[in-house]
Amino acid sequence: MNKEAAVYRRKKFLKYLLIHAAIVSFVVICVYPLLRILSVSIRPGDKLFSADLALLPSGANFAAYVRLLKETLFLRWLWNSLLITVTTSFIGVSLASTAAYAFSRFKFGGKKGGLILLLSTQMIPAGMLILPLFLMIMKLGLMNTYLGIIIAYSVSSLPFSIWILKGYYDTIPRSLEEAAMVDGTSQLGAFYRVILPLSTPALSIAFLFNFTTAWNEYLVARVVLFSSKQYTWTLGLFELQGQYITQWGMFAAGSMLVTIPVLAVFLYSSKWLISGLTLGSVKG
Amino acid sequence: MAEVKFSKVTKKFNENLILSGVDAEIRDHEFVVIVGPSGCGKTTLLRMLAGLEEITDGEIHIDNVLVNNMHPSKRQIAMVFQDYALYPHMTVEENMSFALRLRKAPKAEIKARVTEAANILQLTTLLKRMPKQLSGGQRQRVAIGRAIVRKPKVFLFDEPLSNLDAKLREEMRVEIAKLYQRLNATIIYVTHDQVEAMTLAGRIMVMNHGIIQQVGTPIEVYRKPVNLFVAGFIGSPTMNFIRGKLKAEGDKLYLKNDDISLYIPSFLLSKTAEHDGREVVVGVRPDDVLVGGAAREKCSEKLDGMLEVSELLGHRENLYIKVGDTRVLATVEAFFDQSPGSKVEVCFNYENMHVFDKATTQRING
Repeated sequence: MNKEAAVYRRKKFLKYLLIHAAIVSFVVICVYPLLRILSVSIRPGDKLFSADLALLPSGANFAAYVRLLKETLFLRWLWNSLLITVTTSFIGVSLASTAAYAFSRFKFGGKKGGLILLLSTQMIPAGMLILPLFLMIMKLGLMNTYLGIIIAYSVSSLPFSIWILKGYYDTIPRSLEEAAMVDGTSQLGAFYRVILPLSTPALSIAFLFNFTTAWNEYLVARVVLFSSKQYTWTLGLFELQGQYITQWGMFAAGSMLVTIPVLAVFLYSSKWLISGLTLGSVKG
Repeated sequence: MAEVKFSKVTKKFNENLILSGVDAEIRDHEFVVIVGPSGCGKTTLLRMLAGLEEITDGEIHIDNVLVNNMHPSKRQIAMVFQDYALYPHMTVEENMSFALRLRKAPKAEIKARVTEAANILQLTTLLKRMPKQLSGGQRQRVAIGRAIVRKPKVFLFDEPLSNLDAKLREEMRVEIAKLYQRLNATIIYVTHDQVEAMTLAGRIMVMNHGIIQQVGTPIEVYRKPVNLFVAGFIGSPTMNFIRGKLKAEGDKLYLKNDDISLYIPSFLLSKTAEHDGREVVVGVRPDDVLVGGAAREKCSEKLDGMLEVSELLGHRENLYIKVGDTRVLATVEAFFDQSPGSKVEVCFNYENMHVFDKATTQRING
């Protein structure tokens, strides 16, 4: 019996060891590129490649960070990106949350077709949308404006957000809204007071998706924005790459700095990304 | 409190007729239980009254006001849902006060009403808890509390006990009965459980296939079911049905089939000649089947049967008896002194016998 117990314990230990080894490997694969960029950003001189394998190079300093902030419009680009991204995310989530509610709860002609159409837009490569987007924004007279890029970003991430939110609303029992309506709200009131507070996990995911998509976007920004002052950070950092020389130190420093807002948003959102909000509402 | 009136209420889902011209009146302060099998339209009728389902045709009045196109919130009703439908992001107190907060009632009034309802339902210690921290019975009490707090004109209960276990269901049934005595409210209660219907109702409304089959007090519906459906649906265990043809022999009337020749007394069906040759179904409740010693003692005409199975229920016993090919269930005092396989004598209590026309399924005795 004791021998069997010892074998069982050993097997269990080996299983945990394997699982943890796999997890650690994935973490290393994910974190290593980030550490390399950090290493480049604090390496003296604009060297991308180095024979030195150490992550903390000799003579490490923050000169590239100082130069980036002093000699370029980096803070302006960061502000532009933040403004565009946050506005895009709020507009995108607001539109998607109401549209998804309609798809989830109402009966109307073309509901199924509409959903499939929304999904099919996600199958078109982003590059193919550049030309129509360019034409639309130009005809609207919104070239080189925040509004132009915000509209382009908001509409392009809408379909995914609608699908995510519709799927989530479908899991919320209708009786909750019915109870709210009997209690005295309108349908919109029930949506606002009951459905939305319960949908924070899905709303967070939609917000994060909108945020990261807009934050990292380059192609559309390249087409719509053409004055340096209007640039987002993706366009701005690209300016550091010249025909003959690329300022890799500043490039890496910029790359490190732009992760901070995303990291902050992810950390803040994590508390909303909890499941089980609807527990206890109806018979389980 | 208020009266509720359904006038020729019809509901169609696409081409499916769910409710077919329902006419019914629920009086002020009355506890009416709508009972019927799954899919009979009882919940749809309740939801139409609540304003959660559109009315295809007909009219619904609450307190003489036509409410067909009125929003649920304006109908002054409160509804307790089958699945509780508690707001999971609110505490018990917030759940109960939700409607009053929407109405922007004064804080003191909200507090007083919530405290009153919590006292009635013994929820005082649970007010700060979230729904997920409550048991099934407690959640159901909160759902009822949420309705009480609003002081509505009509309370609607949609199978409120169907998700609870048997013991809790019994407890909550008593709670609801006590609540009715205390509130003296107009209550419309939907269930498929005829025990709930019998024990709670002032009047029972039996429904099937979107049609009201019978409306009456529990004892009326039990003792004088108007048709075969009601007879079979109300009462547990279910009524025995014996099919056959009536045959007049002199001035006496008999029910005859291949196995049974059963005398039908004149106080059940008086005009003997009129009924001769009529195909009927005779209904007898298991309590009105006399077996063995009781049959020998009380009946002059008896049938011979064989005891197939006996089920001891505690103080009562169910006996499954075969008379020819006809199966009869008898519920007798425990403990019956004969074992399965033995021959037994069977007779029926004519006082509580029911005769239905086979073709129309309607009751034909008085």
